[in-house]
Amino acid sequence: MKIFIKRLVFLFVVIGIWQLVYVSGVFPDIAFPSLILVFESLFNGFTSGDLISALLASFRHLLLGLSLAILIGTALGVLLGKSQQADETAGMYLVALQSIPSIVWVPLSILVFGFTEFAVIFVVVLGGTFVMALNVRSAIHSVPPQLVRAARTMGTSGFSLFYRVEIPSSVPYFMSGIRLAWAFSWRALMAGELLSNGPGLGYSLRFAQDYARMDQVIGIIIIIGVIGAVMDQLVFSKLEKNVMKRWGLHKS
Amino acid sequence: MFLEVNNVSKSFADKDRGTFEVFSNIDLAIKENQFVSLLGPSGCGKSTLLSMVAGLESVTEGTIQLDGQNIIKAGPDRGMVFQQPSLFPWLNVKENVMFPLKQIISRQEASERADHFLKMVHLSRFKNHYTHELSGGMQQRVAIARALAMDPKVLLMDEPFGALDEQTRHILHKELMKIFQETQKTILFVTHSIQEAIKLSDRVVVMGTRPGRIMADFQVDLTRPRMRDDEQVIALERKVMDLLESEIDKVLKDELSHENIH
Ligand SMILES: Nc1ncnc2c1ncn2[C@@H]1O[C@H](COP(=O)(O)OP(=O)(O)OP(=O)(O)O)[C@@H](O)[C@H]1O
Ligand SMILES: [Mg+2]
Repeated sequence: MKIFIKRLVFLFVVIGIWQLVYVSGVFPDIAFPSLILVFESLFNGFTSGDLISALLASFRHLLLGLSLAILIGTALGVLLGKSQQADETAGMYLVALQSIPSIVWVPLSILVFGFTEFAVIFVVVLGGTFVMALNVRSAIHSVPPQLVRAARTMGTSGFSLFYRVEIPSSVPYFMSGIRLAWAFSWRALMAGELLSNGPGLGYSLRFAQDYARMDQVIGIIIIIGVIGAVMDQLVFSKLEKNVMKRWGLHKS
Repeated sequence: MFLEVNNVSKSFADKDRGTFEVFSNIDLAIKENQFVSLLGPSGCGKSTLLSMVAGLESVTEGTIQLDGQNIIKAGPDRGMVFQQPSLFPWLNVKENVMFPLKQIISRQEASERADHFLKMVHLSRFKNHYTHELSGGMQQRVAIARALAMDPKVLLMDEPFGALDEQTRHILHKELMKIFQETQKTILFVTHSIQEAIKLSDRVVVMGTRPGRIMADFQVDLTRPRMRDDEQVIALERKVMDLLESEIDKVLKDELSHENIH
């Protein structure tokens, strides 16, 4: 509770300083709008439905893109984790691909798919797939050989061994993979949408820029920040922590 | 004979020397319901031999037979307890014990059998706990219950109490003796401790190293429970100790001379 109050006070201090700077008139209004105007434009955006449809479009892209990234990444990761051949051949390229910032894929995607929503989804998929694959690969490598040996002495082998030992044993690393895939996909989504022809939050952001609406720009940045923080802290980190605890992996 | 190791050799592929032979021409015959301990200096191949009986390691030469059947792969007729408990952290205690049973009997039966063996190791109270909530000794008891639950013909134990404190080890010795007498299992038990071997076993097989071989095979015809200060126990301990000391000396000298060369 104390922490909550500290954070609230901090927020009010920031808002106060913002308004002071605004009132002092050091910066032109177009670069430094009143926070009241920001909240007003946010309110208008929601009541007119513009922001809501943009949000829905963004979530649609994210959901599709992230699901595909998790599926493809898992398949790739399992392949690389199980087959040393595949890992030696392609593992290094995966690391290289993973290091490419996802915004770099946007021109490529637009050239292939045109200014469509699928171009955005494609960027999201690329954003999440490689990090997912790398994490699933290390998840499989991290299965303790001792557990596999123990399972074999109990007559477990082949697919049953994979399904009853290797998969459950990988779950914590798999969860980290999902959290990272989400983080990467979310960033890729914004990059993709910024350069797209809409709809989506990123597109609305650029639209606001084109019309020099700093109040809207800041409003949308706030939305993006809040969504990111909420998803990360309340959904993915929590999920990961619970799994870690259940698997006895973190002592507190 | 019930469990027969016939003229068995084991070599590993080795980077420098091509192949590295751990031991060769090992012969060992174990009767049903016999408790046999394997003693020997570190590196003589005790774990390797046990893993071969379990079917986790291949046999380079010779054959290992259980009940007349050649052992080629791991199977539930040989239960193994490792030095680390090797329990599955995503399952609770009871589910761990039921793990080997799921594929062979109904859920109901598996549940009853798990309860039975958890009771045998005095862990009924903890059956819904996760394994990381248990002490090392308790985890090892779960591992023993899990191995017993699939009703193996042989129980293989590789230094199962090696990582435990003296007190806990003493308690588990008593439990193991009780289980041995109740279940009439055949047990092959690897240990570093001469006292442990003599306290528990019907037979103590002493292995030597470089080359790995069986040096001696002692019958322990003493009534249980055996006391540490029993004269016969002490006499036997001395005999095994003398045998092992010269062997451990040999290993040390060998390693020292190696270091002087390099
Ligand atoms: N997978 C392997 N590859 C190569 N060499 C191995 C392998 N496993 C064991 N060895 C070698 O075989 C020898 C016997 O090992 P093993 O683990 O059976 O000894 P041990 O008698 O159980 O020793 P300890 O008492 O220390 O447990 C050692 O020299 C070891 O280096
Ligand atoms: Mg060993």
